[in-house]
Amino acid sequence: MNFDLRLPLGLIFTIYGIILIGTGLTSTPEMIRQTLGQNITLGWGVVQLLFGLAMLFLSRKK
Amino acid sequence: MNPISAIHLGPVDYGILVVYFAFVLGIGFALKRSMKGSGDFFLSGRSIPAWVTGLAFLSANLGAQEVIGMAASGAKYGLMTSHFYWVGAIPAMVFLAIFMMPFYYGSKARSVPEYLKLRFDEKTRGFNAISFAVMTIFSSGISLHALAKLLETLVHWNYWTCITVSALIVLVYIFLGGLTSAIYNEVLQFFMIVMGFAPLVYLALQDAGGWTVLKEKLIPVATAQGFAPGTWSQSWAHLGNPVENPMGVGWFGMVMGLGFVLSFGYWCTDFLVVQRAMAADSMSSARRTPLIAAIPKMLFPALVILPGMIAIALHQQSGGMFLPTAADGTPDYNMVIPTLLAKYLPTGLLGIGFTALMASFMSGMAGNVTAFNTVWTYDIYQSYLAPNKTDAHYLWMGRFATVFGILISIAAAFLASQFNNIMDMLQLVFGFVNAPLFATFLLGMFWRRTTGHGAFWGLLGGTLSAAIFHGLALAKGCVPGIKGGWLHPMFPFQSEMGQNFWMAIVAWSACFGLTVLISLLTRRTKSDEELKGLVYSLTPKPKSEDEAWYKRPVLVGVLVMIAVVILNLLFL
Repeated sequence: MNFDLRLPLGLIFTIYGIILIGTGLTSTPEMIRQTLGQNITLGWGVVQLLFGLAMLFLSRKK
Repeated sequence: MNPISAIHLGPVDYGILVVYFAFVLGIGFALKRSMKGSGDFFLSGRSIPAWVTGLAFLSANLGAQEVIGMAASGAKYGLMTSHFYWVGAIPAMVFLAIFMMPFYYGSKARSVPEYLKLRFDEKTRGFNAISFAVMTIFSSGISLHALAKLLETLVHWNYWTCITVSALIVLVYIFLGGLTSAIYNEVLQFFMIVMGFAPLVYLALQDAGGWTVLKEKLIPVATAQGFAPGTWSQSWAHLGNPVENPMGVGWFGMVMGLGFVLSFGYWCTDFLVVQRAMAADSMSSARRTPLIAAIPKMLFPALVILPGMIAIALHQQSGGMFLPTAADGTPDYNMVIPTLLAKYLPTGLLGIGFTALMASFMSGMAGNVTAFNTVWTYDIYQSYLAPNKTDAHYLWMGRFATVFGILISIAAAFLASQFNNIMDMLQLVFGFVNAPLFATFLLGMFWRRTTGHGAFWGLLGGTLSAAIFHGLALAKGCVPGIKGGWLHPMFPFQSEMGQNFWMAIVAWSACFGLTVLISLLTRRTKSDEELKGLVYSLTPKPKSEDEAWYKRPVLVGVLVMIAVVILNLLFL
């Protein structure tokens, strides 16, 4: 039987979320300027992390 | 500010790309154990849940040429580009789900050409299988070439390294995990595109001042080219006459040519997309596949067309300094996405956006390769070259076809890099073959009197009509030759796109008329009993009354259609 696709989806976006949160927290002022004065990297990292964790949770549930 | 022509990836971005490659290959390796027979390899053992086949259905078509091309069209033509979605794709996907999927899935055909064999005869299948196999593998080569060329300009990677590495990755994961591997990776790619492009569009739109300000900024884009002020931000208002809009297309050509003939022809008969639905775990899932795809598809213009509109507005505002300039002096529309990536995404987010672009190239290619190896193995090899072998033999052939399919793709990429004209010529011929196809399927599925001779000769006649029409029509500013008019340019068109839409209408009508005529003149070779499950009036309707409302194809299809009408009205 095939494995549940939500497992790799959950893993990869959890990893990406953590990478982006790390990058967002260490953003240089130059990077913040590029995203029009907001720390989009941090915010979008949180979104990806939550999405990843939700997928992991769903793949575990059954 | 100077136009940006290169992307600078940092260590984090490379890290993100490497993680992606690791997952793509990992999915292939993890699926290796499930590939026990040819049915697992080519059809995923008909075991995939609807949400997965649905997103793969959407993604298989979302190659990077689509992403780059739709953004380019958004800049070049404005919001009218949405017709490819809201007039073209969505109604066709709903039609496929409600009316056609019962025959594709219910007949147990393993491919679209095989459906033609069951419904009509061997020669109709042969024509479709061979032309499809050739087209698919060349498309795969063209997409490989486009990827390598783009990476060469953007990140200065070596052309042949790009070709070899991406071809090798696609080869490995399909060789190991077959269609399931391709489908799983297409779903992963779908989320990568959304995750990568959403912040890009958000930032670009914010920079342009929001939707209302963007519409104002698009006014000078239109007036500078001699069009009415709202041309770039309205989808229907300027379709009265082909001279009123940059596409050079009128409403009839748009609705009939693009909407009815070309889009239904592609979404309802192209095995590349239909194969995803055939892999679904039940009839209900198969029918829901295109509907699940239609919901995000409806919103995709915001992700792929809007960036082009923003880029051209900023380009106009900056006095032509936003996008790079192409060889002919016009803005290089194909650079919309790369330019926005480089401008708005800092390292980290850039890695996600860039990986999304790579992902769409690779899964576009993988989609072609899986469709090719199936049609080759079942419809050509098993049917004509080596029937009655063991299933293990056909599984082996599928893997082997994956290898040589990819080798031919690489050769086609080489051809494309050396002789641009050959590729233009091939795509032209593909256009002739594809244009009439939907008439054959429509008659085959809904008129039991359609005969094999009618279908085959109608298809051939339709293809020929397309070629002849092309020889008689010529778009403004083109010289007779590969662009048309090589017989005698007697039908002038405002644009190549208009010419192309009308060619489709002519080919479809010729095929429809000829098929009806020849069917009436020839004897039926299949009895009503044999056509059960293949023709609408002879097939029991699949029941879905006792399922939850969101699992009923007709109800969901109607809701999707209502939503798409509302979208059209909102952006009239």
